[in-house]
Amino acid sequence: MRPTRSTQPTRPMRLAQPRQSTRTTRLGGVRPARLTLHAFLILTSVVWLIPVAWALYTALRPFADTSKHGYVSVGGSYGVQNFSDAWSQADMLHFFVNTIVITVPALAVTLFFASMAAFVIARFRWRFNVALLVLFTAGNLLPQQAIITPLFRIYTNITLPDWMSDSGELYDSTLGLILIHVAFQTGFCVFVMSNYMKTIPREISEAAVVDGASVFRQYWQLTLPLCRPVLAALATLEFTWIYNDFYWATALISTGDKRPITAALANLQGEFFTNNNLVAAGSLLVAVPTLIVFFALQRHFIAGLTLGSSKG
Amino acid sequence: MRLKTITGRDKIVLTLMAGIPALLTTALIWIPALGSVVLSFSKWNGIGGFGDIQWIGARNYHDITHNYPPFGPAWHHNLIWFAVFVLIPAPLGLFLATQLDKRIAGSRIYQNIFFLPVVLSLALVGFMVELIYAPEQGLINNLTGHTKPGNLVDWIGNPHLNLFAVLTLAVWRQTGYVMILWLAGLKAVDPALREAAALDGANEWQTFRRVVLPSLRPVTIVVSVITVVETLRAFDIVYVVNRGKNGLELLSTLVTDNIVGEAIRVGFGSALAAILLVVSVLVIVPYLIVTFRRED
Repeated sequence: MRPTRSTQPTRPMRLAQPRQSTRTTRLGGVRPARLTLHAFLILTSVVWLIPVAWALYTALRPFADTSKHGYVSVGGSYGVQNFSDAWSQADMLHFFVNTIVITVPALAVTLFFASMAAFVIARFRWRFNVALLVLFTAGNLLPQQAIITPLFRIYTNITLPDWMSDSGELYDSTLGLILIHVAFQTGFCVFVMSNYMKTIPREISEAAVVDGASVFRQYWQLTLPLCRPVLAALATLEFTWIYNDFYWATALISTGDKRPITAALANLQGEFFTNNNLVAAGSLLVAVPTLIVFFALQRHFIAGLTLGSSKG
Repeated sequence: MRLKTITGRDKIVLTLMAGIPALLTTALIWIPALGSVVLSFSKWNGIGGFGDIQWIGARNYHDITHNYPPFGPAWHHNLIWFAVFVLIPAPLGLFLATQLDKRIAGSRIYQNIFFLPVVLSLALVGFMVELIYAPEQGLINNLTGHTKPGNLVDWIGNPHLNLFAVLTLAVWRQTGYVMILWLAGLKAVDPALREAAALDGANEWQTFRRVVLPSLRPVTIVVSVITVVETLRAFDIVYVVNRGKNGLELLSTLVTDNIVGEAIRVGFGSALAAILLVVSVLVIVPYLIVTFRRED
């Protein structure tokens, strides 16, 4: 998702709000074209929700009932037993903790690094600006598999003291996973944030320069507080991306116990393969944090994508 | 602000602020990318030190194209994946976005529903494959009555069917992603242009074709790049389903096969990675040129 150019920061957010219809009703009737459109959108929405709704319905039924009545059936009992079974059998708490230990530092460092680099690129004219933007943006677009072989060698050749990694290497360590997330995701954030910072009036920092503020103060005390909207948007997006990562966790962590929850799900497949009800419940539990973040912060989420978009 | 106007100490601070993130990205992304290309001309089991590397020229590439049976299918599957992503999510996403961009009631609700799959991890979507396509417990066979031995349709096990079963869910996810990008682009189209077209008597289709679509050109480029990149990155969903075997081979799963597991072939895996790298660079570079041309 690598948009091109920023628009005014506040405008898209306002525009992203649903606009109340003023034209749909005409003299007591709804236009047929609108009716067709709604019928189409409702139908598509229903189709869109089937996979998740089906998972939820299956998860709410005991395995015994579905084997007796069949999966496409009504009847028997409904309850959350599968959810508590999946939670305890899969030791989900342990893997959720792993995810938090990976996601939170990765997210914080990514936003910190990206905001610094973006500040330099957006606020100062120097020779390397375009080169830096290319370095970051293109790096974020490469397929992970195109770099994994040498990366794997680098990770197994870097030794770390025990307190940093109990494997003794960067490979199979939480630190290694955090670092690759930071390296990979910084690119996208630099791109979006530098576009955002370019829209902040220059007079603000020019006044600060007259007052003799150091560049770090201009960044930390003047620019960052104005970047709250874009930071919130990126935090929401990046949380989802890092939380959902499966590839790095599978390729760079060999100990199943250390993997984050999304990758750990693959370990659980074997235990569950005959019991789809339990699989459905486990999958939905893993989706809960991203769903909460999405619904709680969807304004930022969509505005965040809008922010990086083109003005046409 | 010009660099000349600031002090030496500030210059050091600025260099560090941009330099540390750039260094990390270079070390963990660009050096490995270069490494993939260099190691693709070598033979190395990865166990010994760098001294054990033998340089064998382009032999890995020859072996990939001549003596590596999964390569043909993987390449084909990536092409099918790309074709499907071009033919369905891209236009469907644009269509949904143009509809939602009209002033309709409940636009935000529809938007959220279509975007919902995007926040779910692909690994999770991999589990949904099982729920929907499993021979005896899956939704489709239960709906169509194909759950008895003898008439089972094996959506996942049959190498002619499984790619399309998986692609259906990949499309489900990709459409919402692309839709949001188109929608963002549509929000930025100057309303004055549309009004002018309407005043000139253009109908809805003409306005879309002649006014809206040309102004969406930059988003079109973004969507094209994403379609290619997401095709090359496709991995999680097939890996969860069957580790990318038996009809679900992709270039990305072949790379992973050669670096993880018992038979580690660094040079060979790197050659596969270099192929991925070259294809992605071919689309990334024109994108960057278009994006940053106006920068300076």
